[in-house]
Amino acid sequence: MPKVLMKGNEAIAEAAIRAGCLNYFAYPITPQSEVAEYLCWRMPEVNGVFLQGESEVAVAYMIFGAAGAGVRVFTTSSSPGISLMSEGISYLCGAELPAVFVNIMRGGPGLGGILPSQADYLQATKGIGHGDCRLLVMAPASVQEAAEMVMQAFPLAEKYRNPVMILGDGLIGQMMEPVEFPDHLRSEPSNKDSWASNGMDHRKSKTRNLVRSLYLNATLLNDHNMDLRAKYERMKAEEVRYEDYNTDGDYQALIVSYGTMSRVCKTAVNTLKEQGIEVGLIRPQTLFPFPEAAIRQAARKESCRAVLSVEMSMGQMVEDVERSVRGARPVQWYGKCGGEVPTPEEIIEVVTATLASDDSRR
Amino acid sequence: MAKTFQRPQALFDQPTHYCPGCTHGVIHRLVAETIDELGIRGRTVGIAPVGCAVLAYNYIDCDFQEAAHGRAPAMATGIKRVRPDLMVFTYQGDGDLASIGMGEIIHAANRGEKFTTIFVNNAIYGMTGGQMAPTTMPNQRSSTSPFGRKTEEVGMPIRVAELLSALVTPAYITRQTVIRPKYIQKAKKAILKAFTYQMEKRCFSLVEVVSTCPTNWGMTPPEAIQWTEDVMLPYYPLGDVKTPDAEPKEMPCKAK
Ligand SMILES: Cc1ncc(C[n+]2csc(CCOP(=O)(O)OP(=O)(O)O)c2C)c(N)n1
Ligand code: SF4
Ligand SMILES: [Mg+2]
Repeated sequence: MPKVLMKGNEAIAEAAIRAGCLNYFAYPITPQSEVAEYLCWRMPEVNGVFLQGESEVAVAYMIFGAAGAGVRVFTTSSSPGISLMSEGISYLCGAELPAVFVNIMRGGPGLGGILPSQADYLQATKGIGHGDCRLLVMAPASVQEAAEMVMQAFPLAEKYRNPVMILGDGLIGQMMEPVEFPDHLRSEPSNKDSWASNGMDHRKSKTRNLVRSLYLNATLLNDHNMDLRAKYERMKAEEVRYEDYNTDGDYQALIVSYGTMSRVCKTAVNTLKEQGIEVGLIRPQTLFPFPEAAIRQAARKESCRAVLSVEMSMGQMVEDVERSVRGARPVQWYGKCGGEVPTPEEIIEVVTATLASDDSRR
Repeated sequence: MAKTFQRPQALFDQPTHYCPGCTHGVIHRLVAETIDELGIRGRTVGIAPVGCAVLAYNYIDCDFQEAAHGRAPAMATGIKRVRPDLMVFTYQGDGDLASIGMGEIIHAANRGEKFTTIFVNNAIYGMTGGQMAPTTMPNQRSSTSPFGRKTEEVGMPIRVAELLSALVTPAYITRQTVIRPKYIQKAKKAILKAFTYQMEKRCFSLVEVVSTCPTNWGMTPPEAIQWTEDVMLPYYPLGDVKTPDAEPKEMPCKAK
């Protein structure tokens, strides 16, 4: 298929269909309502299911019901809506159901604003719901990558029988870029009969399936949670994705940044290069699992004197960057959290100031 | 001699965890009989609530999903929308449906989702130890209304069947009870009818079952039955509240 110019939100919608996901439930919220506005006519074209739920709380459980019935299903929302879905996400993790949640983040806390943000990092990677649960979290930096990640998210959710979240800032949803899709629809894998409540006749079985998260016995709950833990450890071993940029040579500083913010950082890296200052960049594409080892290694390069986490939040990913660097280099945060995207000039200034400060001279 | 009464195939041979005099067990049996009679066990998905019936799947033998508190109607919506060929029922208590899950049940009913809800109204939160529910009777004592429900502070008990019947969307909504044999046969017919409407893809259906909780009411089982009859039934009258046929076909309200 040739490239088409599309808004990020529409590309996400079409990508889900191309991934064979023909079931969508959602509740409107800026800046991602275009997904629903696209799928309300597109789903019927492919005999799919579109339903606008009465709230994000309900939507999360429509997703649960559909996922539990063994079909590919997804929803999209933005920060306040994801907070309402978090109870349901915890239940999905507990019941080990695959589904895809897209969060096109806006500023918070509370009603916050409708401009781009990356302030749900900690929520997505560490605190998505009650109990010992985790999501696999992917962070696209372009419309094309958002579409690709959506298409990868479904098989990943099914591989781990766990929800996957696409975490994009508002710009990912709103900007228009050329995007290319695979020609044919991918089909759903048929590995669900061992657990889905899809009807005994349907799977030609004499035994019923239970989709549940209740384990009243302490030993059984511990065993269940240890199984979940093993899955999350397997994600850490098998699913870490990141991009490195300008990290071959000797760089004086390392930037860690994701999503739209990382694109601005790349511009800063290029400009600094012209000024004779080498700066490396690591862009996590998965936020959980986090590219810890890669960041640790890159930070420890002999020439590297400082590490900077640049994010559109008051400093959230920086905690993971610090954890990865483990004190080997000073780690700093830079960012904005009202909806403005920091400019390359601001980043250049911060890098230059950091390199000039005593802290980074060892 | 021929057996005239036996355990339905859809009911496990299993000792009960419900208290003596609790009506959950009878209602489970009626649901299981209905599943048997319609021959739908292989395509039925039940949704267990958060409440004393959370372990309903230990008794009723078909596919099950376990809900979060109050969310069963949203889950049933999810299942029915993606697999309309499945038969889906939610089984919910009054705390579950009429308090935390009121939003979900109203919207599912109003969309006319083609599933069936068995709504067990025992005027109390059974599982958590007898707290006040939206259905608790005036002056009824509970662990969070030890001096009796004060209607001037928390309003009158919610009549769910009447409330849902006010929606314009066609539905089958009925109120039954199972506290004496004479009521049980009627309740069974109503449940069968509710499932049949679903099977015919006619409408949303809900059977409210006025129930007992002797344990948290602080009564013996016979006292609980008497109290249900004397106090609950006058306020929660039995019978069909809404049938799909009764609705006007066309409403003069379409936008141009
Ligand atoms: C979100 C949430 N809030 C509260 C609870 C605690 N809880 C469990 S059962 C229950 C009440 C159940 O009462 P009801 O629905 O009337 O069922 P019954 O036990 O009476 O059959 C409550 C409040 C919970 N599990 N989840
Ligand atoms: S606590 Fe009440 S509702 Fe629960 S099993 Fe006992 S009698 Fe039944
Ligand atoms: Mg109750």
